[in-house]
Amino acid sequence: MARVVVDVMLKPEILDPQGKAVHGALPRLGFEGVTDVRQGKRFEIELDGEATEERLAKVHEIAEKLLSNPVIEDFEIHVEGDGSGGGRHRA
Amino acid sequence: MRVGVVTFPGSLDDVDAQRAVRIAGNEAVPLWHGDHDLKGVDAVVLPGGFSYGDYLRCGAISRFSPVMSEVVEAAGKGLPVLGICNGFQILCESHLLPGALIRNDHRKFACRDQRLRIENNHTPFTAAYTPGAEVTIVLKNGEGSFVADAETLDRLEGEGRVVARYLGGNPNGSLRDIAGISNERGNVVGLMPHPEHAVEDLCGPGTDGLGFFTSLAAAAFA
Repeated sequence: MARVVVDVMLKPEILDPQGKAVHGALPRLGFEGVTDVRQGKRFEIELDGEATEERLAKVHEIAEKLLSNPVIEDFEIHVEGDGSGGGRHRA
Repeated sequence: MRVGVVTFPGSLDDVDAQRAVRIAGNEAVPLWHGDHDLKGVDAVVLPGGFSYGDYLRCGAISRFSPVMSEVVEAAGKGLPVLGICNGFQILCESHLLPGALIRNDHRKFACRDQRLRIENNHTPFTAAYTPGAEVTIVLKNGEGSFVADAETLDRLEGEGRVVARYLGGNPNGSLRDIAGISNERGNVVGLMPHPEHAVEDLCGPGTDGLGFFTSLAAAAFA
């Protein structure tokens, strides 16, 4: 079993009204010094076996085709708990 | 003409769209998201609403419904396709139209009578309008802000593919006040406001929206 995490974020140049709303709420709660908030999506994908290169390529395809819209979003993939600290795939 | 109106789980305006098709003198043919069947229609309308609950992104899951594979194929062969509101979002997600629709810049759902200028009357859905016609139809959206990179926007403008533009204030933050666009060939049109809610004097802001549905015949006989 492996858990692969896909993080999807709006591209930096795309306006994020939800992040702005969260950011706007922070001073009202007494939190100061936050210059910006961006909101994204996290997908946890459970595989029934090891996260091989081949299967990660499939997850990449899932992320590209369904989980993100390349017109407005970027995504990152990493295998959770693989301990390597690396293996992040940006797209 | 026989005009198909697709119903997805979560479509809201499919019945109004069917009604508008009939008032315009065409036959409305209900189409189902789960069928690989366009029933031989002459045109397709993807209606407004919240298909698949707008889960993931608006239109992202509808794009992969059985009927959409038929719509994408037929659109490639020139079938007229009009996507209204959620339908516009589905067309962008399906890559039949460029760009994307994101949350309104002011974060609130907008619901109002909206003035538009018809910028391009060379599409199967706008042929009944005179060039530059100013119309008022219903606008209601939460994620209606049209975005695309500058190069795409320049191409849309340069090729006359901006079909309609907002007048009297931009209701959602759409870049360059864009309310509707077409594909390169002109047979696929996406529009954020709702012409199907402006086809009768009894309700809505008038009948300015009717032209989107009478244009089909006008275009066929042009």
